[in-house]
Amino acid sequence: MSTLLRAALITLAAIAATFGLDPFRNYQLATAAGVFAAVAGLTVLIGLTGQLSLGHAVLMAAGGYGYAAAATAVEDTAPDAAVLLTGLAGAAAASAALGLLLGLAAARLRGPYLAGLTLALVIALPSAANVLPLGGEQGRSAPFLPVPEALAALIAVEQWHAWLAILISAAAVTPLVLLRAGRPGLRMRAVLGDETAAALCGAHPGRVKTGAFVASAVPAGLGGAILAVATQQVAPGGYGLAFSLMLVVAAVIGGLGSIGGAAIGSLLVVTLPWLVDTAVEAVPADLGQRLNGNLAVLLFGTVVIATTLARPDGLAGLLTRLRGARPAPPDAPEPRPTASPTAMPSTNTER
Amino acid sequence: MDRLVFLLATGLARGAVLALFALSLVIVWRAARVVNFAQAAMAVCAVYTAFALTAASGSYWLGLAGGLAAGALLGAAVERGLMRRLPHLTPLPGMICAIGLVMVLQSGLAIAFGPEHRPMRPPFSQSPFMIGGTPVLSPYDLFVLVTAAAAMGAFALLFTGTSLGLRLRAAAFAPETSRLLGVRVPRMVTIGWTLSVATAALAALLLVPTELGLNPHAADLLFVNAFAVAVIGGLDSPTGALLAGLGVGVLVSLTTGYVSASAAPLAVLALLTVVLLLRPGGLFAAREARRA
Repeated sequence: MSTLLRAALITLAAIAATFGLDPFRNYQLATAAGVFAAVAGLTVLIGLTGQLSLGHAVLMAAGGYGYAAAATAVEDTAPDAAVLLTGLAGAAAASAALGLLLGLAAARLRGPYLAGLTLALVIALPSAANVLPLGGEQGRSAPFLPVPEALAALIAVEQWHAWLAILISAAAVTPLVLLRAGRPGLRMRAVLGDETAAALCGAHPGRVKTGAFVASAVPAGLGGAILAVATQQVAPGGYGLAFSLMLVVAAVIGGLGSIGGAAIGSLLVVTLPWLVDTAVEAVPADLGQRLNGNLAVLLFGTVVIATTLARPDGLAGLLTRLRGARPAPPDAPEPRPTASPTAMPSTNTER
Repeated sequence: MDRLVFLLATGLARGAVLALFALSLVIVWRAARVVNFAQAAMAVCAVYTAFALTAASGSYWLGLAGGLAAGALLGAAVERGLMRRLPHLTPLPGMICAIGLVMVLQSGLAIAFGPEHRPMRPPFSQSPFMIGGTPVLSPYDLFVLVTAAAAMGAFALLFTGTSLGLRLRAAAFAPETSRLLGVRVPRMVTIGWTLSVATAALAALLLVPTELGLNPHAADLLFVNAFAVAVIGGLDSPTGALLAGLGVGVLVSLTTGYVSASAAPLAVLALLTVVLLLRPGGLFAAREARRA
């Protein structure tokens, strides 16, 4: 229950924060909320089951296309709230279906093989958009959701979309938090630690892995729906390899397995490139053009390497350590799979 | 019919490059149990070295040698400076660190040299020979095939016929036992990385003149396809890499020729999915392969 209460408080705080931001920042906040939903799913998948998916951008795209298709279908006949809910159901269904397919494959594959399959999936997305009825390079447009009349005098459309993004994101991530803290999370950790021992204790490794993939795919799909709400379109160009890697980067920087870390990581991934590019505009044009977009990637790459080398539990672990809540060994070695709590903050330290 | 022959022939030449790059992934996987996601970025660094050397001296061959040396040095440096310091109990840290390395190298190259494509001139003509009025292979394709075959032959000789090859294989398959028997396992891992990145550099050097030109992302697609090839063949198997490489090369060439260029990634994805669902360890994986 306390989890739900905390989720409600964080959601309210985030909604309150939108009043302090200008429209562009509110748009960025909506984007960050969408990325957060996907990264939360990814971080649980990697951190708790050890399955490295490089293809979460495709799951987001599936959610975005599902949202666009379902919402467009009822756009003319239903009120805005029903359009949104139908769209979200479409997003969840599309991403869950793709996640189930990937999960069935993942249950049979070990680390590098799964990474290879998901990598090929990301590369194939633009081709798939051309071959399947997904609107090719242009993608599909999603219905525009105007501000309800009761609020129209109070807030701008960007702020309204930020509210929607925050609410959808909360609805996507809260079940994930409960899942992670509960019995399914325990099963995932058990399968990561030792598949044979987990199977002997009654946790079916294949089913646990497939279930984890689906549980991770649905928030990613809802994240895609959030981006579709905020931008009113979904196109394959937005979900390329670079974006997919950024999702992994956000999960790693935040700390694999930590949902609070995923929130920090997604905020960084959305705002830092923009900050860097703004700063780069100050340098001469030629150099600035080369630095634009690249400097942020360089920074993220360096941080990922440094995190993996020095602090595998990421920013979430660092924060926990600074607060002194959980004494970690000074030079935390990669935990043996059986001792995974050192890498994954236990539930009571989660933020 | 003419078209089929031409597509098969170019498919084989592409497949040889793919197989060579996949072989480099297999070598580093066998040596260090790491899938090096940074292989393409490291190879492209070597190609930039070769490009600079060729531009400075005017000799393609000097550039080729310099590129190979740069690749080898980079491989050793990354292993000694980075990968060795990572925990090795699970493959995850190595993969994530390699992803970070890709981002650093590619953005570093883009900052240093700019994003534009620099055309690289091949040492031989690229216009195909005509046999009975049918276009077949170009002299450059022939050079690619011969070079790739020579490199693979050299590796087969190294791994099966020399003491160093024996030590490399021993260190890869049974590190503890080989250490007890006097094999310097850490040094073997470094040599594995050196050989692997040099091979990847060779593959990228052969590929770039046939593509748009040199660019920080020039080898990305090569890596993705070669990774699919290595996985299809079974990450442990050099023979698998060779056969799957030629197969995927022909598949890509035929799909591009008969359907469209954008259908090729879908064809590779479909093949990869089918193979992995039927044989999760790849086609040529040894049954008793060590678990990572």
